[in-house]
Amino acid sequence: MNLEFPVEKGDFTKAGEVSSQIKRTLKKLNVPSGVIKKVVVALFEAEVNVIAHSFGGTITCSIEPKYIKIIVIDTGPGIQDLGLAMTEGYSTASQEIQEIGYGAGMGLPNIKKNSDDLDIYTKAGDHTEITMGFKIENEE
Amino acid sequence: MKNNICYHHNLAVRENICKGCTHCMKKCPTNAIRIQKGHAVVDEEKCIECGQCLIACPHHAIKVVQSPFEMLFNYQVRVAIIPTMFLSQFEDEITNEMIYMALMKIGFTHIYLSELGIDIQNLLGIKDINTSGKNPIIANCCPSVSQLIRIKYPLLSPHMSIIKPPNQITAIFARAEMVEQYKDPNSIGLFYITPCPAKISQINTAEKDGLKLFDGVLNLNTVYNLVNNCLTKNKKKFSTIIDNVQMEFPIITKNSARWALLQRRGELKGKRSLAIDEIHQVIEFLEEIEENDEININFLELKACAEGCVGGILATRNKFLAAERLNFFTSNLPEELDKKLINRILKYKQLLSDNIFIAPDEIKNSLSLDSDIEVAIHKLEKINEIVKVLPGIDCGLCGAPTCFCLAEDISQKKASIRQCAVLRLRDSKGLNTLAKIWGEKVSNT
Repeated sequence: MNLEFPVEKGDFTKAGEVSSQIKRTLKKLNVPSGVIKKVVVALFEAEVNVIAHSFGGTITCSIEPKYIKIIVIDTGPGIQDLGLAMTEGYSTASQEIQEIGYGAGMGLPNIKKNSDDLDIYTKAGDHTEITMGFKIENEE
Repeated sequence: MKNNICYHHNLAVRENICKGCTHCMKKCPTNAIRIQKGHAVVDEEKCIECGQCLIACPHHAIKVVQSPFEMLFNYQVRVAIIPTMFLSQFEDEITNEMIYMALMKIGFTHIYLSELGIDIQNLLGIKDINTSGKNPIIANCCPSVSQLIRIKYPLLSPHMSIIKPPNQITAIFARAEMVEQYKDPNSIGLFYITPCPAKISQINTAEKDGLKLFDGVLNLNTVYNLVNNCLTKNKKKFSTIIDNVQMEFPIITKNSARWALLQRRGELKGKRSLAIDEIHQVIEFLEEIEENDEININFLELKACAEGCVGGILATRNKFLAAERLNFFTSNLPEELDKKLINRILKYKQLLSDNIFIAPDEIKNSLSLDSDIEVAIHKLEKINEIVKVLPGIDCGLCGAPTCFCLAEDISQKKASIRQCAVLRLRDSKGLNTLAKIWGEKVSNT
């Protein structure tokens, strides 16, 4: 099944709405709680990234019995240096954003840590597209 | 008492009184209620026994099942385990001594305060712990909250404290003392006077691992009435002999006695803690920390009733007045336990330490659509399609609390789209077509 959610730029009051929504869906689907947790953490970071750094974007989530694929696409402006952005603690967030408690430089590293598969397309001046995958395996 | 150890059988709908008015259904925090054939029906898998339905019902059609009071007299030794909040149900002119005398008069032979269990836990030096080993530790005090977490927030289950609640610890201690004194275990009956229906289930569940805790659970309002009647009849007599009465139950510490109040218990131990009351506020908070449990809080006290147990569903007095009295009369209680009492407790140190932890409980996601993910996905897709057609005004006339719930019930074959009153008025012919697509209710579910 596919779910799609628009994400507006700059509206931090809505940060976490998409991840909450997807969390509720996954709970209804009896996805193991460990998997839900990983999805929620990774997706929350991605959601904040779109709000904090982009011109806005869309999150699509496709759920299959054994795999969850989430694609986060924004409309730009792209990441200058992906290698640096993947480093823990590195942030380009403005002081304003850091003052409200975001931009600790843990976004992409946390996404990497919590997803089973991760593919990032980005280019300065272009858009960013993050595809993250999660295997649904039963916890025993 | 029923020998049934399954959950949620203590709230019952009196069908002859229930008008099927939807008040309870709208208030239920877990959407466990449906109106079927003109009566409220509770889904026992989803019910957490918070008692919101009982408060909401304008016709008093929901009752709490309890042990018959007469069964007290099947025992020679009749022990009442009472929560301190029971004492706060009375007006100031009724002293604790008078309540004590009345409890003895109506049939009890011994009294223990339920919150002694906290002092026992502290005395044994057993700290609150959970299975995750991570903060925050969620207190295991409110059984409705425990059930809520079990069925709705499985991610947070590892945060739950695994220490038995105080009333159960007290029961183990009281029974040990009584057996020592009276030898014949069959002559001893322990009765818990409960401020809420959820504690009855909690006790039944705890007894699953074979340890007998209580021989019966009595509703607080029932015992309140008996005590109140007794006091009305004997007021003069009691007040003349009161000076010679010694309250012969163990005096507990101030902090423990205030356990029923909403307080930040963790702070007493020098930790950061939060206390949150009222089930909807608790749910709002749990939603929040379910996604991010890395909060700087060591100890969480979540209570389903507003003002905590002092505002229990079965309490009779205004919760704020009751809380004030409890706070007032406990202010003179000692900070430390009496030496004699310490020795009495330490005598059973081994027994108490061995039984202080609760048996691990299975986590079940009662709110999932199906245990098979593939089937669940199909059902959810179907629900999303049905929701698009439904009016979205959540009127409740179909017997489900929201349009989404009706869609969910249809996908589970527990309801038919024909139940939607709005669609029926709008286009009853079209409804036939929709019912063919999405299926009818399969009876006997």
